[in-house]
Amino acid sequence: MDRAQVDARIRTLAEPFNKKEVGIDEDTSFAGDLEFDSLTVMDFVAAIEDEFDIIISMNQQAEIETWGDLIDAVTRMVTT
Amino acid sequence: MQPDQPPELAGEGKDLFSKFDDLIAMREGLLASGQEDPFSLVMEKVLSPTRAICNGRDTILLGTYNYMGMTFDPDVIAAGKQALDEYGSGTTGSRVLNGTYQGHKACEDALREFYAMDHAMVFSTGYQANLGIISTIAGKGDYVVLDIDSHASIWDGCALGNAEVVPFKHNDIEAMDKRLGRIPEGAGKLVVLEGVYSMLGDVAPLKEMVAVAKKHGAMVLVDEAHSMGFIGEHGRGVCEAAGVMDDCDFIIGTFSKSVGTVGGFCVSNHPKFEIMRLVCRPYVFTASLPPSVVATAATSIRKLMHGSNKRAHLWENSKRLHQGLTALGFELGTKQPQSAIVAVIMPDLPRGAAMWEALLKEGLYVNLARPPATPANMTLLRCSLCAEHSSEEVETILGMFGRAGKAVGII
Repeated sequence: MDRAQVDARIRTLAEPFNKKEVGIDEDTSFAGDLEFDSLTVMDFVAAIEDEFDIIISMNQQAEIETWGDLIDAVTRMVTT
Repeated sequence: MQPDQPPELAGEGKDLFSKFDDLIAMREGLLASGQEDPFSLVMEKVLSPTRAICNGRDTILLGTYNYMGMTFDPDVIAAGKQALDEYGSGTTGSRVLNGTYQGHKACEDALREFYAMDHAMVFSTGYQANLGIISTIAGKGDYVVLDIDSHASIWDGCALGNAEVVPFKHNDIEAMDKRLGRIPEGAGKLVVLEGVYSMLGDVAPLKEMVAVAKKHGAMVLVDEAHSMGFIGEHGRGVCEAAGVMDDCDFIIGTFSKSVGTVGGFCVSNHPKFEIMRLVCRPYVFTASLPPSVVATAATSIRKLMHGSNKRAHLWENSKRLHQGLTALGFELGTKQPQSAIVAVIMPDLPRGAAMWEALLKEGLYVNLARPPATPANMTLLRCSLCAEHSSEEVETILGMFGRAGKAVGII
């Protein structure tokens, strides 16, 4: 699976959490732009984990600030 | 240039405290409405486990976690006084240096007997027990899998250690199962659960969850802070009631609830458990509990072994309060009473604070719990019952809730 495919699948997963329909690009931040609180983050992360059968630990989540960070991290996990 | 440079502070009067500005503003807004400060209550006199003079008023205590009412037990107090006379006011030392007295060993003996387990280790607080055990046993490359609604001491134990931290949705067996199944082969796994979750007073499905953890080869730690002395045939907690004591590798508990003093502990059957005393930093690098505290704890723990009548009355109190509040029209944290905690869900923080104050003026103290400590950002009035509340007191409490709820417009 390449980066574009990962992006497309996560974009679909993000829709129900993106209540204000914020336009998402590489630099969109989860805390600042999408205003995800900790509960939303947990549900969103769980949806991604189930979709790709991976674990994104809280330690790894701490390194993820923007949409681009997330797609990079998940792409790495599904290709290694 | 340093890595991880923080954002530059801008504007007048910016310093390290600027990050608290929002909280300071929220608090000032709440108090400006004439509200009594819910987080600065002073108990001027304590009359019994269930009564105190708070802010000048005679008040029924319904938010102290003093489940078994041991704080004024005559035997417990006598043991504390004797230890003060014989051993002095404090140990001034770590458990591993000059801070282990005969009383600390006696307290650990009482715990081993209470739980029928091989090892017991007493910490200076319950917070330090979780902090110490979790951060020490789960190291770099290991995984801690925990419930998202875990107590702050569990989260802080994770933060202090270097393990990978993987939370799952509250009490969700399948979510826990899936996460455990995805952990890389060979990694150490610790599952952290609580018997009773203190915010809503709900109980974990430990029978199923412990079985799932064992299926994946994980060690299991259960925090029984809110169930000790009360749940299970011998008061050992939800683990005992669920019949999974033998599969729990570590049980964490506290002296500051049913035991009625302060301190924390871990009990375990692990053959290498005693090494914890040398490697667990929150155990080593702090002074041990004062002799009077361990003496009161040991006496209280031994009395709790024979507390079945008090346990039965506490259950009656919890059931009556739960049923009465439901009948009045309040929304509660659980559909059925599951523990000695009954959480009343408030529509929002301002009305929750107003209700808290109305109850205080009626002469009732409960805990106001607010985000971010609460699940789903709820505002809660948390009631914890005591075996020393009389049946009449519970009826009085219901009357107070009814009047306050109508005055504030919640029911």
